[in-house]
Amino acid sequence: MEPLERYRPIVDDFEAFQAACGRPLGIAVRVNTIKASVERAIATLEHDDIEYEQAAWNPRVLRLETDSPGSTWASFHGFVHTQEEVSAVPPVVLDPDPGETVFDACAAPGGKATQLAALMDDRGTVVANDSNLGRLSALRFNAERLGATSLAVTHQDARNFSFAPLAVDQFDHALVDAPCSCEGTIRKNPTTLEEWSEDHVHSVAGIQKGILRRAVQATQPGGTVVYSTCTFAPEENEAVVQHVLDAEDCRVVDVDLDPDLEYAPGVTEWNDETYDPSLERAIRIYPHHNDTGGFFVAKLEVGA
Amino acid sequence: MADDLEMNVGQQFDRLPATDADRTVEGRASREAVLEYFGDRFGIPPETFEEHTFWEKGAGKIWIYSGESPSPAEIEALGMTCLRTRQDHWKPTTDFVQRFGRHATRCVVDLSDAEATRFADGEDQSLEWDGDWGYLIAAHDVDGDREPIGVGLYLHDELRSMIPKGRRRSL
Repeated sequence: MEPLERYRPIVDDFEAFQAACGRPLGIAVRVNTIKASVERAIATLEHDDIEYEQAAWNPRVLRLETDSPGSTWASFHGFVHTQEEVSAVPPVVLDPDPGETVFDACAAPGGKATQLAALMDDRGTVVANDSNLGRLSALRFNAERLGATSLAVTHQDARNFSFAPLAVDQFDHALVDAPCSCEGTIRKNPTTLEEWSEDHVHSVAGIQKGILRRAVQATQPGGTVVYSTCTFAPEENEAVVQHVLDAEDCRVVDVDLDPDLEYAPGVTEWNDETYDPSLERAIRIYPHHNDTGGFFVAKLEVGA
Repeated sequence: MADDLEMNVGQQFDRLPATDADRTVEGRASREAVLEYFGDRFGIPPETFEEHTFWEKGAGKIWIYSGESPSPAEIEALGMTCLRTRQDHWKPTTDFVQRFGRHATRCVVDLSDAEATRFADGEDQSLEWDGDWGYLIAAHDVDGDREPIGVGLYLHDELRSMIPKGRRRSL
């Protein structure tokens, strides 16, 4: 937990934050509306006597009282998909419409790609890309279990993504849920921070900048790009968005989320750096806010 | 590359021809034949798939997709796998049946809770069935409505579970 000490200056109620990071995380699932309504998914859980609670900010997210969410009829039928509660935030912020074409740059293992497909009523295309073949097979397994027919799965380095094999030449939207130092997942994986180093943070930030730039370039004017990580480091969050604001034609816009989800604004100062004031429109979700993992989400509009 | 028109190329997605008469690859199923199979065997109306296209990648492995794509497409996956066609008897996938099987009116075997649990765990079981033998949709009741579980093979008074190993669960 030592590396988290560096965030004392930017985290409100740091003691509560630290305490939350030390507590294990509960089990959450997302209802897969490609296969079942929220009511039907809940009825199936009730039939199996599994206690649940709907997340206040999103009725499609359920907190379950079970240690084996995969051994339920609701999971077997693909009515629900186990994923961290805050992982469901970026697709909700992206808010795609049926029939659109969406780029998920770092899609494996597919929780967010299939959530995007569900939000699009499984119509249109989610280009679910990942550079790691092993993780792509997990994505494909999840996509098939969840019944998604609108995914086109590609295996490329997102930093120089090519449209060559696709019928599209620009995306309506893009999601960059970037590989990161994963500090926000400490409640799920208490060993996450053992390998932590500032060098690692800086090296992964370089990759994040490359992926986000390419995603902005690949999105049509007026389109939306959502950038998210499960980490707290401003070097991987605000600084990455700042880099892309400087390099590409785009701007930070407000995220639109249910007021029941608590979060802090993005930071505009960190160590010796300052960021554009618009980065206050990004959101930082800390573990003590909603009893979840940690997340950063920024919404960008590509210049029209 | 001209040969691509006459043979199946394992690494690319090729869109199914509309009818058998439009076929350029020997043995390849047509969209019409696929819709006929789902309609004749399971009573799934062809309109169910109005917004979907069908593709082959690998010999006889048919995929169902709801978006736009050039053909051929050299990518990892396009939609989901739905059907195996290059065998004597065509065989739908478990995942397809779970997604579209609720539209079926024929060759659906309704299982009790205990039978359904055994089926999901991959067990074969003896049971009565007075319909056609071959690939069936196994279903059970969920909250008052029929819900497909997966594909079963019915032969000689026995229903064999075709749930793939990685999808089996002890429920």
